[in-house]
Amino acid sequence: MAVSDAEICRRLATDLDRGFVDLVAAYGRIVLTVAARASSATADAEDLAAEAFLRAYRALRGYDAARLSELQVRPWLVTIVLNVARNARRDASRRPRTDTLGGHEVAATTRDAADLAASAAARAELAGRLAALPAKQRTAVVLRHVVDLPIAEIAVVLECPEATARSHVARGLAALRAAYGGRDSKAVGLAGDGSKRRSER
Amino acid sequence: MSSISEVPIEERLRQLALGAPRGFSERVVARYTTIPGPVGELHVAWTAIGVAAVEFAARSDEESFVAAFRRRRGRPIVPAARPLAGLAAALRSGRGAALAYDLSGLSEFERRVLGATLSIPVGEVRPYAWVAAAIDRPRAVRAVGSALGRNPVPVLIPCHRVTRSDGTIGNYGGGPALKEALLRAEGANLDELAALAAAGVHYVGSATTKIVCLPTCQQARRIAPRHRRGFGALAEAGSAGYRPCRRCRPGPGQPG
Repeated sequence: MAVSDAEICRRLATDLDRGFVDLVAAYGRIVLTVAARASSATADAEDLAAEAFLRAYRALRGYDAARLSELQVRPWLVTIVLNVARNARRDASRRPRTDTLGGHEVAATTRDAADLAASAAARAELAGRLAALPAKQRTAVVLRHVVDLPIAEIAVVLECPEATARSHVARGLAALRAAYGGRDSKAVGLAGDGSKRRSER
Repeated sequence: MSSISEVPIEERLRQLALGAPRGFSERVVARYTTIPGPVGELHVAWTAIGVAAVEFAARSDEESFVAAFRRRRGRPIVPAARPLAGLAAALRSGRGAALAYDLSGLSEFERRVLGATLSIPVGEVRPYAWVAAAIDRPRAVRAVGSALGRNPVPVLIPCHRVTRSDGTIGNYGGGPALKEALLRAEGANLDELAALAAAGVHYVGSATTKIVCLPTCQQARRIAPRHRRGFGALAEAGSAGYRPCRRCRPGPGQPG
């Protein structure tokens, strides 16, 4: 993280709007990822992330310097995007789910197009399994292992003690492993070609 | 645990992270600039969707403009690093239709009014009743006036080109003098329009083509003086065998 939470808060207190540009730059990736992965929402992840940032801005407009200095920006933002995604899911429960996250998948280190397709399929399968986890476990796993938040911040988001947050992560991971377990390594992932790449490693 | 040949689940979860797409910041933070307009400088704000606010620099300083934008739109706004593509050209040519607009927060009716207004060509004017007819709400003439009064993007969406059918220019958010200055700057012949209206003429037809136009229509301005015929009402032109111009689509709007 190039800019610390404290530095972001200082900038927000100095000039809310310019500080907010830095905040979007610092946390855009996390908010977008949480919107896409932790929500199993139907709406476009970018729309959800943009909406979350706008809500955050509207809230910050009412904060004084004291409140700003106490704010834990990152878990606060994550909480907002989770709420936005939950509301969107509730509002649009009739619409079909769109799993396509066009364009901005992080490119894995792959050697050719077949590998790329295979790893995309494997990622889609993992995302699907993640979405099938109970909400708290899913959120905990996404925050800990997809966007790399510390346990302390995950506990803030889940409003639980750190030990509980840790156990949500552990149980979520265990469930994911179990979902893949009992199959040999060749069967891992959707595409047969994907296992070829793995066996070469 | 995973077998050695398998990528650990933690590593694979990490690959589910997304990169922030290019231009994501613009989805959240609006930009603004101050730019020369046809009559004085303008403050112009835009979002990823399009132009969202225009204000005359003479009527509002930069600080009040951005403060009003934040209050109304609940969105952060910062000075633009780069000018909005096409903005300067649209202001120079008077062709606001070349740009996209962010009219979120407006009612469906207001958006339709502004959409119809956007189609009025440079240097021409249309009556309020024309806009009402264009959006299939012929009786909502007063409501059209109010909607135009709330136009968040004046000059670019040319609400100054909507005038009273009695030949006077009507109200304007920035004052009637500004409306007149904008119209004169783009070559609208207001004096002729007023003279015609004073003589009870609201439509102008060509005796050779038998087409009847609104007086400022480009087609009407091309009619040679000896072929020009004036009409007070469209029905009058109709019974004389004239058909309405397809370009300016004169409607049965009453004078006044």
